[in-house]
Amino acid sequence: MTTNPDNQQQSFFLNMGPQHPSTHGVLRVLLEMDGEYVRDAEPVIGYGHRMQEKLGESRTWKGFMPYTARLDYIGALPCSHGFIGLIERMTGIEAPPRAEYIRVITSELNRIASHLLWLGAFLLDLGAFTPIMYTFDDREQILDILEDVTGSRLTYCYFRVGGVSRDIDEPFVEKTHAFIRRLRSRFKLYEDLVTGNIIFIKRVQDIVQFTPDMAMRYGVTGPILRSTGICYDIRKNEPYSVYPEFDFEIPVGETGDCLEVYRVRMREMEQSLRIIEQALDRLPQGPVLAKTPRQLKLPQGDASFAVETARGELSYYLISDGGETPYRLKIRTPSFSNLSLLSELTRNVLLSDLVMVLGTLDLVIPEIDR
Amino acid sequence: MGTTIPLPPGLLRMVFTAVVVIALVFLNSLILGYVERKLAGRFQLRPGPMEVGPHGILQLMADAVKLLGKQFIIPQAANSPLFRLAPLLAFVPVGAAFIVVPLSQKLQVRDLDVGLIFIVAVMALNMVATLIAGWVSNNKYSLFGAVRSVAQSVAYEIPLLLSLVAVVLMTHTFNMQEIVLSQDHIWHVVQQPVAFLIYFIAGMAETHRAPFDLPEAESELTAGFHTEFSGIRFSFFFLAEYTNMFFVGSIAVVLFLGGWHGPQLPFMDYSAAVWFLLKVYSLLLIMIWVRWTFPRVRFDQLLNFCWKYLTPIALVNLLVTAVVVKL
Repeated sequence: MTTNPDNQQQSFFLNMGPQHPSTHGVLRVLLEMDGEYVRDAEPVIGYGHRMQEKLGESRTWKGFMPYTARLDYIGALPCSHGFIGLIERMTGIEAPPRAEYIRVITSELNRIASHLLWLGAFLLDLGAFTPIMYTFDDREQILDILEDVTGSRLTYCYFRVGGVSRDIDEPFVEKTHAFIRRLRSRFKLYEDLVTGNIIFIKRVQDIVQFTPDMAMRYGVTGPILRSTGICYDIRKNEPYSVYPEFDFEIPVGETGDCLEVYRVRMREMEQSLRIIEQALDRLPQGPVLAKTPRQLKLPQGDASFAVETARGELSYYLISDGGETPYRLKIRTPSFSNLSLLSELTRNVLLSDLVMVLGTLDLVIPEIDR
Repeated sequence: MGTTIPLPPGLLRMVFTAVVVIALVFLNSLILGYVERKLAGRFQLRPGPMEVGPHGILQLMADAVKLLGKQFIIPQAANSPLFRLAPLLAFVPVGAAFIVVPLSQKLQVRDLDVGLIFIVAVMALNMVATLIAGWVSNNKYSLFGAVRSVAQSVAYEIPLLLSLVAVVLMTHTFNMQEIVLSQDHIWHVVQQPVAFLIYFIAGMAETHRAPFDLPEAESELTAGFHTEFSGIRFSFFFLAEYTNMFFVGSIAVVLFLGGWHGPQLPFMDYSAAVWFLLKVYSLLLIMIWVRWTFPRVRFDQLLNFCWKYLTPIALVNLLVTAVVVKL
């Protein structure tokens, strides 16, 4: 056992990952441990690095479209939405209203799928084996619905500049309505089995504290930021697409512990259902793809576009010199910022709590590594 | 040729017993392993094993054959003689404990006067195997598992023994048969419900079953103390775990649930043994049910629960029992 002689304590290093069941991918956390207590946790990233930004600079924007789904593969549609929004903003093309509605419906379905996956994986981190099967059952319904219209189950390339690739049909609307009813009844099940469980509450309540100050220093976004009481959601603060037309709330927490993050995510799913319901009711008729020039070059200049993914704010910044390929593409991903507070957050907690916190952060490693 | 050397009847009996006991250990693990996977499947909205044999009943055999054929990998850093020994250390004591389990009034290998002490002591040996396995693996996760296992066993054996002593105070014997016979009219669970509950919880912790499966908590410690083991030696730990579960159930049935007592079943010669096994497996069913329902407790919570609640309650229960018995 290697000990650290400089330190008076009997501390040692523990290498958690990149192949560890609870780091959810190729994340490595270097832990300085004192017995079961974590003295310092240092995330080491880059094991899944694919040079996404450079890829974006070495090919046309069309060629980069499928890659956007490989950023956050659990909630891929909002990621694509951001890139498409960026191109539309630069070229001045507008999607028809029906296409915007479809984008919102599918994006919100994808957000729910992402949250359901998180719920199952989080409880699995806590040692409960069974819930993930139930949440996967629900998530499977969403994937089936999305597969019918987009053609893929995970890494969608469905949004096009000026619309979406395929129109939704009557079975899609029916299935989505059925899913909304189903998930509403399942919330009660989750509430009874998970939220009311004494072991669960003892494991997550008041273990670590997310504070507004900490969140702002690290640029944390998404449900973790909102659990500290700050109401910040791109869909409300910097509205894009047709989100302003819907009546929905941004769930905000108070206490900022992991239980609060759990509650915020659960309430977000309910709000997403509300958005989908309204969008389906008011779905306008018309085309789903605007007429766009065959060779669409990006004009000289720069632009940025931010979207709210399931994990927080994801933004693209693109500089174009008027050539075939973008001059520079920068992607700001939420998981990267959310991970950076791990070290400060998990000082002097138990190893089990560190696993729990990693689960709460809801990290998608390819999105961090890009 | 033609002249047979008369075997001493004692030796014959020992060989026969050894064969039967080892067969029972494997059979129990096969049944429990299958039932557990099938039930886990049901709890998780899936059918469980279905491919090998009708409804997958031969799945565990296929797994055993696969594990037998696998290479046993010894990490370079692992201390190899003890590393080889540890799985056997886990496995052998559980075979020995079968000696005193009273399947019925006659179906018992040896009716020891200290049967209860014997079975509890042999079960506790499992902890030594876990410690050695985790320590010599020379892997920090394994060591975590081993240390957790020792702390957990030391803590939970106290309420476990205290709850058993409460029954012993009432029956005045450690003999398993006599304890069963004393429940002719009324089961001890009626007189000692608190002791039964404490015993059952502590027993789950003792066998490292979820929500107390901290030594092998895979979301934290990858696989805990058996991370580095592979092949058939890896499966020895599972055999030991399932057999220990069987003993926890057996002790509960003998001490609290009337042992092999039960109405005579029609067309059955061994109705007592049937009743005994029925009761044991019902208890194990509950343990499996709990495992697939609850999240895992944290380590300090586990110890707090033991020292702050279970042990004091067990002590008070023992004291009350002693006073009542004396009156």
